[in-house]
Amino acid sequence: MESIIPLAYLLIFPGFLFLAVYGMFLQWVDRKLCAVMQNRMGPPWFQPFADFIKLLAKEVIVPDEADNRMFRLLPYFAMAAVMTALVSIPVTGPSALYSFQGDLVAVIYLLTIPTVTFFLAGWSSSSPYSTVGAMRVLTQLFAYEVPLMLSLIGPAILAGTWNISEIAAFFSAHPALIPAQLLGFVASLIALQGKLERMPFDIPHAKNEIVGGQFTEYTGRLLNFFLLAVDMELVVGAALVNAVFLGGSLGFAGWAGVGVFLGKTLFITFLLALLKVLMARIRIEQMINFCWKYLAPVALAQVAFDIFLKFKLG
Amino acid sequence: MSKITIPLGPQHPALKEPENFMLVLEGEQISGATVNLGYNHRGMEKAAENRTYIQNLYLIERVCGICSHSHTTTYITNVEELAKAETPRRALAIRTLFAELERVHSHLLWLGVAGYEMGFETLFMYTWRDREQVLDCLELLSGNRVHYSINTLGGVRRDVSAEQKAGVIKRIDYLIERTNYYIKLATEEPTVYARTSKVGMLPPDVAIERGAVGPTARASGIARDVRKDEPYLIYNELDFKLITHNTNDVFGRLVVRALELVESYKMIKEVLNNLPEGPIAVKVPMRIAPGECVNHYEAPRGEDIHYLKSNGTDKPERLKVRAPTLANLQSVAYMMEGGWLADVPLVIAAIDPCMSCTDRAVVWDPKKGKKQVYGWEELRKLSIEQYKRRGVDFSRL
Repeated sequence: MESIIPLAYLLIFPGFLFLAVYGMFLQWVDRKLCAVMQNRMGPPWFQPFADFIKLLAKEVIVPDEADNRMFRLLPYFAMAAVMTALVSIPVTGPSALYSFQGDLVAVIYLLTIPTVTFFLAGWSSSSPYSTVGAMRVLTQLFAYEVPLMLSLIGPAILAGTWNISEIAAFFSAHPALIPAQLLGFVASLIALQGKLERMPFDIPHAKNEIVGGQFTEYTGRLLNFFLLAVDMELVVGAALVNAVFLGGSLGFAGWAGVGVFLGKTLFITFLLALLKVLMARIRIEQMINFCWKYLAPVALAQVAFDIFLKFKLG
Repeated sequence: MSKITIPLGPQHPALKEPENFMLVLEGEQISGATVNLGYNHRGMEKAAENRTYIQNLYLIERVCGICSHSHTTTYITNVEELAKAETPRRALAIRTLFAELERVHSHLLWLGVAGYEMGFETLFMYTWRDREQVLDCLELLSGNRVHYSINTLGGVRRDVSAEQKAGVIKRIDYLIERTNYYIKLATEEPTVYARTSKVGMLPPDVAIERGAVGPTARASGIARDVRKDEPYLIYNELDFKLITHNTNDVFGRLVVRALELVESYKMIKEVLNNLPEGPIAVKVPMRIAPGECVNHYEAPRGEDIHYLKSNGTDKPERLKVRAPTLANLQSVAYMMEGGWLADVPLVIAAIDPCMSCTDRAVVWDPKKGKKQVYGWEELRKLSIEQYKRRGVDFSRL
């Protein structure tokens, strides 16, 4: 019985099954919100699930030039890394399944793995569009990764711990400090937008320029699992930002914790959808300029402010 | 960094019609570009020789889906000139009205396409929703949304009633309000400015050298507009400004088109409020005496030229169409070189290309000399060689 609970945590709730279903649900929420804001109808609620099933039934084509084994394995690597990251993030209760000192750094690295698999996927497809897409994935990684890490460090310094669950507990105990993290919160949301390759940072798979970008040669089931990994990454990213900046479940557990989690991730999805609708896609060199000139200093300012606050509070 | 050759088209998400651009990339920057045309050749000029003048109206209208009125008006002006027909003033005014409504519909469509190419889908959705208003106007006046079929030999087919006039003015007032919002949005939204400013530069001397026309030329500061230079229809009586911009980039083209919309609204109202009285059409003989004629017309995309030769029968001897896109395409290769890959769709879209208008030329290889019939195997071999030269190998397929 004891061993079943962690297994259920990993596979059913809030692990694989919940992550997949909720990821697809958030994808629908995002699409519907954008549609409403753009004066459109938007898809019905089951559209992501219908797409998922449709893609599962499609033929898998591996290009002759591609490395067969790597081409087939990469989507699963991406998905596995995202799911592993969730183990250390508190989702519906005050503590994660497995938390340790320094899990914040581990989670950041685990969330970098999908990006690396996107790069490898594009590179190993060896078609011109996916090669350009792969180069863009990597260039973009260097732009948003630093601001994202810097913005996540601020709350860690203030809470005096590298443990995500403890950071969440700290902010649950001191809710007055949450508004002081506004700069870092905004910076992390923008960097997350880059990580998830969403508008205005969907440069690696900009359809008007390089068709499907790094996924151009992917079809059927393999494409499906990549897309699922991206959907899951949205949930995990939102959960991470929620735990680090907004105090996680605010000390609630059980159904109340689930409610708080759903409410906050929906709010973050709304903010992400708003960003997506308001802007044009920018160029890769403009993105690098923006991330290094504006986003990284903003995140640094938050870190400095948090250090100041830490001394002030003792 | 090694160079990669990327084919953009004939089938590509950024292109609405088949055309091909081979881009040589150094990293993200373009070091060379070539334009290949001819995927959309439909043999319309030849077909026109086998139809009567009145049947040709329906053929010429289908040269282009968007400037359908531009092509028929240019064609019909030629026919009327050859037949020495006196077109009534009311008919000319109604043709002008349709020409300006068409410009509004085309420019709003372009604004949406530009938004889409720069990844700003909200702009695309908004402008295309508002474009429905002008399509409603056209439907109200002619019964059709895209191919209005308003022109006929010697005049127009339908008159404008007082109710129709009120309906059009009501919709135009709404569009004026929306267009002011788009002008504000396009000039003040930072990401739009970042994506369009200093992109696809075309200095005035290059624009003249390469024969750019329409908004593409006007955005390079060249005051060139057939409506002003050589007024046709009733443009000499209308009060409108010739819009130019001197930034030479996509941003300039955006501003020129947006401000031209405002001018078009003014003209539509002016024409509707001062419609001359009288008949809307006169009779034109079926057979037209031998002669030849050239006319030009400021289509939404630029100068459209038609040449017509008659031979005394009821069918033309020769018809030649020079669509504005053909004139502007020469500039595209120049505008792309040295730019970023990300800007290519926008640069191409900025001339508002209309390939189905343009692809009417017959290309042959003078070295081959004689006519040759190719079988399937030979054609396949030829196409593989062709793509190999461009850096893509299809031989193993």
